[in-house]
Amino acid sequence: MHRLTSAIALLFLSGLAFAGPAMDAGGAKQATNWHAIIMFLIFVAMTMGITYWAAGRTKSTADFYTAGGGITGFQNGLAIAGDYMSAATLLGLTAMAYTAGYDAYIYMLAFFAGWPIILFLMAERLRNLGRFTFADITSYRLDQGKVRTMAAISSLVVVVFYLIAQMVGAGQLIKLLFGLDYNIAIFVVGILMMVYVTLGGMVATTWVQIIKACMLLFGGTLTLLLAYVQFGFSLTELLTQAEALHKLGPKLMAPGSLLADPITAISLGLGLMFGTAGLPHILMRFFTVGNAKEARKSVLYASGFVGFFFNVIFLMGLCAIIIVGQNPEFFEGGVVGGKIIGGGNMVAMHLAKAVGGNMLLGFLAAVAFATILAVVSGLALAGASAISHDIYARVIRKGQATEKEEIRVSRFATIGLGMLAIVLGILFEKMNIAFMVGLAFGVAAAANFPVLILSMYWKGLTTRGALWGGYGGVISAVLFVLFSKSVWVDVLGNKAALFPYTQPALFAMPIAFIFAYIFSKSDTGPRSKLEKEAFEDQYVRAQTGFGASGASH
Amino acid sequence: MSSVMYERMRVNPKFQKLVQERGRFAWTLSAIVLILFYGFFMLVAFNPGLLAQKISEGSMWPIGYTIELCLFVFFWLLTVVYVRKANGEFDDLTADLIKDAQKEKL
Repeated sequence: MHRLTSAIALLFLSGLAFAGPAMDAGGAKQATNWHAIIMFLIFVAMTMGITYWAAGRTKSTADFYTAGGGITGFQNGLAIAGDYMSAATLLGLTAMAYTAGYDAYIYMLAFFAGWPIILFLMAERLRNLGRFTFADITSYRLDQGKVRTMAAISSLVVVVFYLIAQMVGAGQLIKLLFGLDYNIAIFVVGILMMVYVTLGGMVATTWVQIIKACMLLFGGTLTLLLAYVQFGFSLTELLTQAEALHKLGPKLMAPGSLLADPITAISLGLGLMFGTAGLPHILMRFFTVGNAKEARKSVLYASGFVGFFFNVIFLMGLCAIIIVGQNPEFFEGGVVGGKIIGGGNMVAMHLAKAVGGNMLLGFLAAVAFATILAVVSGLALAGASAISHDIYARVIRKGQATEKEEIRVSRFATIGLGMLAIVLGILFEKMNIAFMVGLAFGVAAAANFPVLILSMYWKGLTTRGALWGGYGGVISAVLFVLFSKSVWVDVLGNKAALFPYTQPALFAMPIAFIFAYIFSKSDTGPRSKLEKEAFEDQYVRAQTGFGASGASH
Repeated sequence: MSSVMYERMRVNPKFQKLVQERGRFAWTLSAIVLILFYGFFMLVAFNPGLLAQKISEGSMWPIGYTIELCLFVFFWLLTVVYVRKANGEFDDLTADLIKDAQKEKL
């Protein structure tokens, strides 16, 4: 039981990625689900229409990377919520509530609590200083070539690991939900993503996110309402029945084994909170709005939707204990309490079928597919911008590339990333890829976040400090994950883990901060003096937004 | 030229006021979130039994669930409070500041 829950925990660490859902599903392929396929095709048709429209509006680099800064706070809030609420959130956390009860709710709070912090300490400065990528901010007053290269490398590490986790998850999920072949599913996701991003850039990606977020909120809420009405919308009634039925009994609503160890609990809390604040595709969303006002509103709306949805899916999981847990239709061989058909992650889908029939099931399945598509599109765009804007335009061409050239490179980069995602998705099909999400979050929290926050808040940060901090963070996060049980034992087959915890953040983050501090403090070169002086102007711009790149539309 | 503008803004007392007040406000709210959040995680780690109890005799509402539900709502309300104040009062001050700096140019 403990193994199972910790596997689930690892899997959904991020709340964003869908890492290896069919691990316990036995890879069973379901009968072709026509309701789901038709609804998904409607979604594709709609988003293709939007992509066609967006393509006509995507002319400059600003259009391509940030939709010309013309997205409103409300739209961006929905899109951020879309980025943040993935198939893992819907399926994984419902499954976790179903099996582990209250623990799932603790996770949800950890996913949520990063948002207010991002709003209070980062949103305004991100918008005021950044243009296309977060490397614009870290390299603002530091050495463009070196610092951008570092930021682009750690962004790409995050993006690629995240993409693999999403692709493998997508293939397995689609196999389960739609009855499509794994490889076909991978190609469908990869190709659609390339079309959205190369043609429509950020405008299309944003609208795909918005539509998908609305579908997800609608589908989830409807399922909950239909389920909750069976308990007269009474939590007392729901909990009484759930505790009577669940094998945890009265412990259902008590903190369980997931966070029993304080170090793991705190490391997880740090990783989720600050990992979110270091994910390149989330940070990029702050540049799509016109000014700091709209950036703040984005977080207000995003956190409202995310918080609401977490509460919805937690209750969905509890309702499923009674509605799905007693229905032989959803168990293999009709044995209640046995193996759930399609594995634990199918609980939300079974609940939809139980309360809303095939129509609702099809709708939710289409939503899950759309969700994956939207998240990979956001990731691909973030990865492509690191290649084209940071590495190509700024480092290789030293700012001399024309917009046309830069956009062309970013389109090629998107296609490259799409093909890479397809190939890696197929290669990693049978592997336990749960660690990749942890790795992506670890790198985001330990490499991107420390350098980013120091560059905005600490005058003393120099190029040397940023490089040591950034590379120190990437390397230590990667090594901690490599030596932890999830890779060293589960993937590489060694006997015992060299690093006793599964969560790198508590250890890798201090390394990044300490390195950045020591190597900045000891940096007395002439360049470092100029860099510290340049902080003054950067500081005024960060505070007032004067000189910030505005909306081009 | 923008460096000149930045210099003008920096010496304007309004800038100091903006930075200090908004900074204090943002850090206070952050501290509230961090203390409540990590305080709650400490409870989870060190006193899970308490969270499992019901809020009162005969009630089905567990203490842990109730606290967390309140935290969800409270954290979100804090974002509302911050956005209202930052987008209103502080942005007005910022606009003033930029206007002052631009006037000096003439």
